[in-house]
Amino acid sequence: MSVLSTVAALTASRTGRAEPLTTVRHQHLDEKPFVLVPLTLAGETCAPLAALAGTDPEHPTLLTVRQPRNRAERFRFAERLAALLLAYIEGCRTETEPYTAGRGKEKEERLRFQRAPQLLLPNGEGIAYVRLLGRLTRLRATEGPYAVDPSVPALGKWLTWFAELAEFPNSGVLLAMTRLLAAHWATGQSPSEDSHLASLLAWIDPPEGSDGARVAREAEDPAVWPPAGPSTDPVFDRTLHELMTRYDEASDDRGREAVGRQIDRELSGQMLPTWRLMWRGVELLRDLPEGAHVPGRWALDRRWFSEYAEYLDADGRPQARRDQAVRAARRLARLEDAVARYEAERAYDDPLVMAEYELTGEAFTGTVTARDEDRFVPGDRPGSQVWRPTITLRTSTDTRVGLAVGTEVKSPARPGQGARILDIRQEDDGSHVVVLQLKGGFARKQKPPAPAGTLAETGEELTYTTLNPTAMPSALPDEENTPWTHGGPPQPYEPTDEDAEETWE
Amino acid sequence: MPSQQSEPPDDRLARLRGPQPPQPYTARKITALTANPACARRAVLDAAGVDKALLAQQVGYEPRFGQSPFALAREQAFHGLVKWGGYAELIRLLREQLSVPVAEAHVTDLNEVGGNTALPVRERETRRLIAHVASGQDVRLILDRPVLALEVAGQTAYLEPDALTHRIEGKFHVVLIRSFAAIDGQANPTAVAEAAKQAAVYVLALRRAFDTAGLPIEQISHKFLLVCPKDFSNRPYGRLIDLRQELDALQFQLSRLRRAEDLAAGLPETATLDTTRSTDELSSSIEALDASYTPSCLSFCEMARYCRDEADGCASPARLGNGVRNDLPGIDSTRTALDYLDGVAAPGEAEVEAADLLRAAARLRRLRRGAA
Ligand code: SF4
Repeated sequence: MSVLSTVAALTASRTGRAEPLTTVRHQHLDEKPFVLVPLTLAGETCAPLAALAGTDPEHPTLLTVRQPRNRAERFRFAERLAALLLAYIEGCRTETEPYTAGRGKEKEERLRFQRAPQLLLPNGEGIAYVRLLGRLTRLRATEGPYAVDPSVPALGKWLTWFAELAEFPNSGVLLAMTRLLAAHWATGQSPSEDSHLASLLAWIDPPEGSDGARVAREAEDPAVWPPAGPSTDPVFDRTLHELMTRYDEASDDRGREAVGRQIDRELSGQMLPTWRLMWRGVELLRDLPEGAHVPGRWALDRRWFSEYAEYLDADGRPQARRDQAVRAARRLARLEDAVARYEAERAYDDPLVMAEYELTGEAFTGTVTARDEDRFVPGDRPGSQVWRPTITLRTSTDTRVGLAVGTEVKSPARPGQGARILDIRQEDDGSHVVVLQLKGGFARKQKPPAPAGTLAETGEELTYTTLNPTAMPSALPDEENTPWTHGGPPQPYEPTDEDAEETWE
Repeated sequence: MPSQQSEPPDDRLARLRGPQPPQPYTARKITALTANPACARRAVLDAAGVDKALLAQQVGYEPRFGQSPFALAREQAFHGLVKWGGYAELIRLLREQLSVPVAEAHVTDLNEVGGNTALPVRERETRRLIAHVASGQDVRLILDRPVLALEVAGQTAYLEPDALTHRIEGKFHVVLIRSFAAIDGQANPTAVAEAAKQAAVYVLALRRAFDTAGLPIEQISHKFLLVCPKDFSNRPYGRLIDLRQELDALQFQLSRLRRAEDLAAGLPETATLDTTRSTDELSSSIEALDASYTPSCLSFCEMARYCRDEADGCASPARLGNGVRNDLPGIDSTRTALDYLDGVAAPGEAEVEAADLLRAAARLRRLRRGAA
């Protein structure tokens, strides 16, 4: 939360309508996302009960488990979900494109798929469900007494891969709709209420002529809007419990099938409203223009996807029950880098996000009042001179500049051009005059004149900030080069008999 | 059902409640009470033993809490499994987790005492047995469903932990049986935190019991044994969890709770929380009790939707969550904040800084939205 989003929330609470928090969309939204609306059986740990799934808004596939206490039925659910999701993943593995990996001497050409899967769940609990279902299915054995179909562990490995990436804010392969929407709009309700998909969407997209705030309240009634899952509504559970009891007690197959179809209908009725909300959310997000860094981040997703697909083809052992220490440490470091880079990229792509940093003084905006194009300063070698032009910016009267002389800053307008603050003066009217020394970003020119467009003109309005989306990630040795003091290179996980046999009752 | 609390009949709180039987204090209620210690409303409702769900319903707000028959069945099945065969599974866990010789452990069922299920009777028997074990006469005794007493906001609460172990290396352990799973040794942190808070309530009550009996409280472990299903199976899994932090927090918060009786005394003579009375009477009595609504109330308090509408009505910033509330220090209404933004009101001295920041943010929002 920033003061800017507080202002947005205050405004929303007055108008009864959500307020935009961004000017662009900061997540990739695929042309063909895979939407999954799951339900689980209450009281159990990840006992799939039902799901609506697929990539066609008009035709979701309904999966149900009519008797969740039956282990075989549950694995049949996993099998059917696998059939859908694995086909979708396979469909992304068609065209490839080359890209350059690494830097300097380690540079190499590689291939990545032009597409990657994108899985959309209603909320954060949905993501937790994907993680658990992944854990449940990836360690199953395909032979022996508890054998399952080979597609089941394959599903588990992919779900685990999705869930692991979901922690990275720069990845878009697994997203929760409530989080996506709340990152782009502020409502006049609390964040915990925003985790309710129907009421969040009521604020963002109220029905014609009505008040979003009021509709949001009405949407909280599970009788009107069934919960978006995976938890079910306890009142609905009573109906379901009764049906399942009748299902178990049916005297013949025909009778059982009739109750079974009724169970399917009831479950489908619980999920359909959420299914529609999911696609409405997709539409609303599609209407936002995409941020400039979004395609780059999706390219990284496609690279990760290609690498994991290759790994599965070549090795295929499942992810461990728990990360080993080395892998966990590396993961944490990568996560920290990803968060910092994502924050910076968002601010560069979106003046409304950058405004948060302007407000805290980590960024400032001003108009160029002067420039010194012919400035040279002594270089590192004795007697040498290097070209370092300056520009002078004047901020408006109520801008706070929280940066000190000597700070390295950059501008989203010319991200390749480094700048250093040489001087800051506050004028009598409250405005600031900032002198910046520039370096690089002159189309490789070492002396004046600056090629057109590479040096700011007077009168140009510019924002400078300490944020840097191209900052080098912290250096860690490759996994293969993990020193023996740290346990040596992590070994892929070997599933044990115990993992495979673990009962699921 | 016999009355489970023993306050004098002319007690102010009992009069507020009216002729309905009092709702007993539970560990869950106490942890909820301490989750929002500033709320006088809840403190009085709980201390008076008012049925909050019924009350909320009477004033037009059906509380949205309920348990699924599936969840209930599962919980019972798991409890049954752990307790089956004289706590065979619990004893196995104690052997595995604490490596103690428990071969000759036996269990006393405190669900009733000679056919009597009244809480005060069971509480007395629990105390007697604790003294018995503590004195070393029968160190291998496990207590099933003991009853402990604790004073909360001037009222006696009777608490029922799932079990209390015999002395292990000189210490008693509280046992909690929960049906959420530990996957690869890790359970849902929120669920564990909630269990730990409740366990802390039991440990505190146990300390009081030891204290009154003149027994050394050092015999009570500051760790409790959490038993839950392992991975996706039914097999019980146990872990000792340290409670020192929770105990400190709980003690601090309990000491801060203003005595509910004093709060009740401040109510007008006509006030009533008797759920058979009219909606108007009830509403005005509830209003007379200061609430302190936050969005987290929605997850634990039956009155939450009533209090939320009230908070909406007076535009309390807290209803929008901590983020907004923290950004409006000293400003007690979102309407006022909006007036400052619009420039139709001038902030007081204490609010100037916050109001300036809000105005700067609003200005930037206007400018930068246009820039796109
Ligand atoms: S919902 Fe109301 S009564 Fe309950 S704790 Fe919150 S403010 Fe107090």
